Formats: sequence, C-alpha cells, structure tokens
Amino acid sequence: MSTLTLTLRQPCSQRIDVAALLPETLIHQSLESIAATTLPVGNREVAVGELFSLEGDTEALDTLVFQGETGSLDAVGKGLREGTIEVMGDAGSYLGMQMRGGTIRVSGSIDAYGACELKNGFIEIRGNAGDFLGASQIGNLKGMAGGVVLVRGNAGDRVGDHLRRGIILIEGHAGAYLGSRMTAGTIAVQGTVGPYAGYAMGRGTLLLAQAPESILPTFQDCGTHTLGFIPLLLRSLKSYDTVFCDRAETLKRVHRYAGDFSALGKGEILIACV
Amino acid sequence: MQINGVTIDETFAEAFPMKGTRVIITAQNARWARIAAESMTGFATSVIACGCEAGIERELAPEETPDGRPGFAVLLFAMGGKTLAKQLETRAGQCVLTAPTSALFSGLEGGTKIALGKNLRFFGDGFQTSKKIGAKRYWRVPVMDGEFLCEETTGVAESVGGGNFLILAKSQPQALAACEVAIEAMRKVENVIMPFPGGVVRSGSKVGSKYKALNASTNDAFCPTLKGQTRSQLGYEIESVMEIVIDGLSADDIRAAMKVGIEAACALGSDHGIQRISAGNYGGKLGPFLFPLHEILS
Repeated sequence: MSTLTLTLRQPCSQRIDVAALLPETLIHQSLESIAATTLPVGNREVAVGELFSLEGDTEALDTLVFQGETGSLDAVGKGLREGTIEVMGDAGSYLGMQMRGGTIRVSGSIDAYGACELKNGFIEIRGNAGDFLGASQIGNLKGMAGGVVLVRGNAGDRVGDHLRRGIILIEGHAGAYLGSRMTAGTIAVQGTVGPYAGYAMGRGTLLLAQAPESILPTFQDCGTHTLGFIPLLLRSLKSYDTVFCDRAETLKRVHRYAGDFSALGKGEILIACV
Repeated sequence: MQINGVTIDETFAEAFPMKGTRVIITAQNARWARIAAESMTGFATSVIACGCEAGIERELAPEETPDGRPGFAVLLFAMGGKTLAKQLETRAGQCVLTAPTSALFSGLEGGTKIALGKNLRFFGDGFQTSKKIGAKRYWRVPVMDGEFLCEETTGVAESVGGGNFLILAKSQPQALAACEVAIEAMRKVENVIMPFPGGVVRSGSKVGSKYKALNASTNDAFCPTLKGQTRSQLGYEIESVMEIVIDGLSADDIRAAMKVGIEAACALGSDHGIQRISAGNYGGKLGPFLFPLHEILS
C-alpha cells in the first residue's frame, strides 16, 4: 500500500475540480502522466503538475493526500469506490459526491453538498460542513443512499435533504430544515438544531440529543419510549470513534414525534430524554 | 471397549442431513428471554410430528447479544429449507413476537438466507419501519409494549439430525441419573441441541411399524419389558434404557457432543448401575451419517 501526496503550489482564486483524482484511477500511473492530466479550473483546463507538486508512489496506491490551501478543491473523491483520500485542511463543495466505497477524511471544513448522493463508504469531517450535506443535487430527488458521514463540528442547513438511506452524525450543531424531504435513513445531532427540522420528511429518523426550540405543527407527539434499535444502531458505529457510540445507552430513552404529516408522515423525530 | 466398567457396544449411531438455523432472543431480563425461547422451542422434539426440532443452545450474556440485553441462542432444524422457514416464521410470530420486551436476531451468518422479520413486519399494519445497520436490515414493529425489533433474515446451515446414544442401566432411576449428567455436560458443547424433553427420550423408535399409517414405532429390541417376547438387544440385568438424541450444525459437533455425553454417563460407572452404552442403528434406512461409538471415544 502506498500514498501519493498532492500539495497545492499556491492558493487558487478559481475552483479546481479534482474529481478525476482518485486512488483507483491513479494507481500504476507514473507521476509524469498524472502531472500531465488536466483538471477544470474555472473555465480553463490546467495540468495537475502546474497546480500541485506530487510526491509518493503509485504502484500500490491506496491513499491520496491533498494539502496546501485546499479550500478551493471541489468534488474531492467524487465517485470513489475504494481507497482513502485525506484532505489536510478545508475542502470545497461536492466532497464525496456519488461515492460508492472507501474513506474520505477532511481535517478542516467543507462547503455545500458534501456527501451529495453518497452511495456507500465513510466520510469524516473534522471541522464544519456546509449546507445540503448528504442531499441530492439540485433538481434530483434522491439524496444520499448509504454509507456513514461523521461531522465533528457543525453542519449547515438542509442536511440530509432527500436522504434515502445511510447515517449522518453531527457532533456539533445543525442548521435549519434538518432532514427535509428525507425518505429514509438516520440523522443524529449532538448539539442544537435550527428551525423546521424534519420538514416534509416521509420516513426516516432524526435523533436529537437536545430538544429543538420548536417542533413543526405537522408532527404529532407520540410520547416517551425506550427504543431498542437505538443502542443497536449507535453501537454499530464503534469503529468510527464518535460520541454517539458512547451515548448508546443514554440516547435510547426518547420522546418520539411522528411526521411530517404534510408528507407521508411515517418519519420520526426522537429527542433524548435527559 | 469398557469405560469404568461400562460396556461400549461396537455399533454406530445413524443420522441424517437437515437444514439448521440459529436465532438469538433477547429481552429486558434473562427470565423473559428464557420464556420466549422456551415457548419458541416447545413441541419441537421430533420432525416426525412437530415439523421441526428445536431447543435452547445456551444462555447469552448481555455482551454477547446484538442489543446488549440478556438472551438465549436457539437452534432449529428441519428436513428442508422451506419447512425450516415456515416453522421459524410460525414460531417466531406466535412465541417471540408475542413475548413481552423480546427482540429477535439472526445467530448464523452466511449460507442461504431465510426470512426472520421479513414477513413478521406485516404485523405492523403499515406502521412498521426498517433500519439498515451495516449490511443488515432490522424491522421495528410497533406492539402494545413498545416496539418489537427483529432482524430481517437469518442464515441456514447444512446440518445433521438424529445423532444419538443409548444408556442401558440396571434400573430406571439409574438410567435417568446417567442421562442427567450426560445432558448437563453436553449443554456446554456449542452448535448442538438435544431436542427431547430435558434432552432425554425414553420412547426411542425404530423405522416402520406393523401399522401402515405409522412410519415409526417403539424400538422393541430395547424395550426391557419385551425381553422374552421379541428379538431383544438387552441382557437380563438391563431394566431401563434411555436415549439422548442430538441435532447439530455439523457432524463434528455431533461427535463432540456424543463423546462428552457418553464420557459423563460412564463416569458414574457400573457401580451406579450403568451397564452399557449403545446407539440407534437402523441398518442404513435412516441416513448417511454414521457415528461409530468406539471411534468417537478412542
């Protein structure tokens, strides 16, 4: 197993689409060949070698590392099937979009549409995540459909919009419209959540460690319960080293609200009883 | 061969292929998990009339179960996959779904999958929801005490049924005492159950009957009251014979259980009236698995 490190030579004022840079596509390629590959930068095509300095070995490549002023990198790990991508810093939009396997780790924060239409795999954001995390692309009706996304910091609005399957874990706070229009899957939030949580959700689960300021009137109070699936779900996250795993027992006692009855009404907001 | 004064007959047990599965039942406490497990495995002594053979394999500590609650591992065996699936569904639906605080999980990975909660979920009348956790799907069925949590499928293993041995003793109490110590030792062996009441069967059968409607009848050769009346296999001093039947997930599991059980019974010795150990041998009519006693004990 080997690592290829791509270091941005200088900060870029334009967005750089790095979707083409995946361990599975770069394996066995020479560094010269990779350097000659072009990437969309704004409305231009620029060679990888002009943007990044390359260091490492691709013979058994399984880990790709981006470093430097990485906040301008969009579509990191788009369509990734296997291997690991590490971003040492921030990343732009569409990180992990349509990813089907493997792991992406970001030491900083990411912009909007992270894990957009994710199919499988694991994404860890050590900083914050922007709006529409795990959502569908604009105009599409199917969001994230599998995998696990872990945000150590806060997340923006519309997290899990059109979520179909998979788990989104937010250890910090989440913005407005959490889980809007979701059709299945689970979103857990350790901190506070903004208004309109569960807006138009048909199915799925929002698991909240703290009560929101208000619940939409289209959700119905189903009372307080101890639900066995919660510890089962949270304990399954042991390998991800998240606070949710530690709280498997304390989060199983919840106040359940069913909704959104403006949609199918088979979703639920579970608020931990503490 | 003799062990502690007990004669080991130079014969073999004869067993047959079955389909087997394991499920894990958990509940709020071990008492209710046991009640659910005992209900599920009731009337499951023999495929001759029960549809399947089932029993509690062992008690599970909370750290051994998927949901961290006390539980029991249950093994079920049937002659075919479809029968096994039907028996499992019926028993899970009537005996586990109904048991307070229970949850039901697969205890066997790999192999063919059969439905566990896949069809039971419809009891939820549209209010059921599923959660996919890792590669597994679980169903949450709303019930009057809260939610019944059930894994969607469980695995099926090519298994072996009908492993057995007979304990021949001078008296009925002595035969039963030997069976009790054998069963206690055999319950520590994994992947096997002894499906008859308390693990012991006193009405061992032979294949066939003089009555056309019956395909099994009393094993007259081992009935002590018929010693002078039939081609008996019993010496004059034998007054009671009891059988231990074993179903296991593999032939090796049956062998291990037979060895442990026979050794435990023989440990009582001829001083406690244990005279002989024999086995159900039906001349090849019953099945392809043969378990020679001398080979197992050597």
